[in-house]
Amino acid sequence: MKLITANFLTCAVKGCKASPASFPLHFRDAELELQELDFQPDFIRNIVPRIDWHALQIMANELGFPKILDKKPEGDELKDEQILKELHRLLLETHINEGKLTCGNCGHEYLIKEGIANFLLPSHLV
Amino acid sequence: MSRPEDVLPPDLFYDDNESRKYTTSSRIRNIQSDMTNRALELLDLRSPSLVLDIGCGSGLSGEILSAVPPEHGGPHTWIGMDISPSMLDIALQRDVEGDLFLADIGQGVPFRPGTFDAAISISAIQWLCNAETSDVSPEGRLRRFFEGLYASLRRGGRAVCQFYPKNDAQRNMISGAAIKAGFGAGILEDDPGTKNSKLYLVLTVGGGGLQGDITGVVNGMDDVNILDARRKAMEHGKMQLPRKGDKAWIMRKKEQMERKGKVVKQNSRYTGRKRRPAF
Ligand SMILES: C[S@@+](CC[C@H](N)C(=O)[O-])C[C@H]1O[C@@H](n2cnc3c(N)ncnc32)[C@H](O)[C@@H]1O
Ligand SMILES: [Zn+2]
Repeated sequence: MKLITANFLTCAVKGCKASPASFPLHFRDAELELQELDFQPDFIRNIVPRIDWHALQIMANELGFPKILDKKPEGDELKDEQILKELHRLLLETHINEGKLTCGNCGHEYLIKEGIANFLLPSHLV
Repeated sequence: MSRPEDVLPPDLFYDDNESRKYTTSSRIRNIQSDMTNRALELLDLRSPSLVLDIGCGSGLSGEILSAVPPEHGGPHTWIGMDISPSMLDIALQRDVEGDLFLADIGQGVPFRPGTFDAAISISAIQWLCNAETSDVSPEGRLRRFFEGLYASLRRGGRAVCQFYPKNDAQRNMISGAAIKAGFGAGILEDDPGTKNSKLYLVLTVGGGGLQGDITGVVNGMDDVNILDARRKAMEHGKMQLPRKGDKAWIMRKKEQMERKGKVVKQNSRYTGRKRRPAF
């Protein structure tokens, strides 16, 4: 799972989406891998306004990354190739291969295996 | 002949064997790629976008999203959901670029509001009409799916779902559920009345107005219309079509050739995949 995806994921358990504690999900025991991908500045520019920066800071911290920018880049900063490249690396090339995502509201754990998160729920949680 | 949807739930139908047969069949690959390209035309994405692939399977539809060249607004980044571990396993082996999720779309779409620029679904959502257990109804599953999808798309976003309804009742149940969830909806039918007929549910989220494209036929799609798509007319329209000689163009040509030789052999409405014998 790419880090960008984790920035948009919510808990699937009934009623959880409405609770602020359910976002972002929290990584546990995460194993990371870098998978190189062609640099796509246009895509980064498109997506950055939608990124929840606070959630990204929390996740980066949980995954043991050095501190990321305090503030979401905007305006001219999105023309800066260096900044775009760093975002590309962080959002699109950083993969979580194994581990868990847990919900801060209901405690549900979503397992990640070979990069695929299991979001199937038993029917009483839907 | 029975439909696979009536035989087994999707995660059991698409087991290792069926998923492998499905993905390696050149007939199926051609049909799925043709339909994906058609859905892409209808989405009309003009810049690299974040796209949800609903029922992504082994990635036949998704890999086309990754391969859209910059001249045509790509490449797109996609996230795929599928209920079949075997299908996803093949997607992994094929090293697709999209992110994959094991998930049941009938349980909802677990993304923040406004996540996606667009969504695509090829030959999957008719499965929602078959509820597997007594505590879930098709209506409930369709409602959770379309409500979740609606919320996960940004305003102005679109979704195109090619699907194979069993009959008119299913077709209406599906489009009705989409409208109830808030979508502007239209159904576009290619090659209507033929064995190759294909249905596309075209969905818009507030302001994703369709005027200006689909050669203007799809005006005011706030209700379900049945539209006769005249491919010829489309080819002169405003749409971004594959350019002669590029990869998409060659693929399309190949499919057209395929189709010519195939028409007689296809003897069912359900042309998207091989069947296993019902037992
Ligand atoms: C005919 S395949 C299409 C796969 C891919 N879109 C393509 O064009 O090759 C249908 C897919 O829908 C998936 N599917 C069926 N019901 C589903 C559900 N409730 N949730 C998620 N995926 C589902 C199946 O597992 C299968 O992979
Ligand atoms: Zn939760």
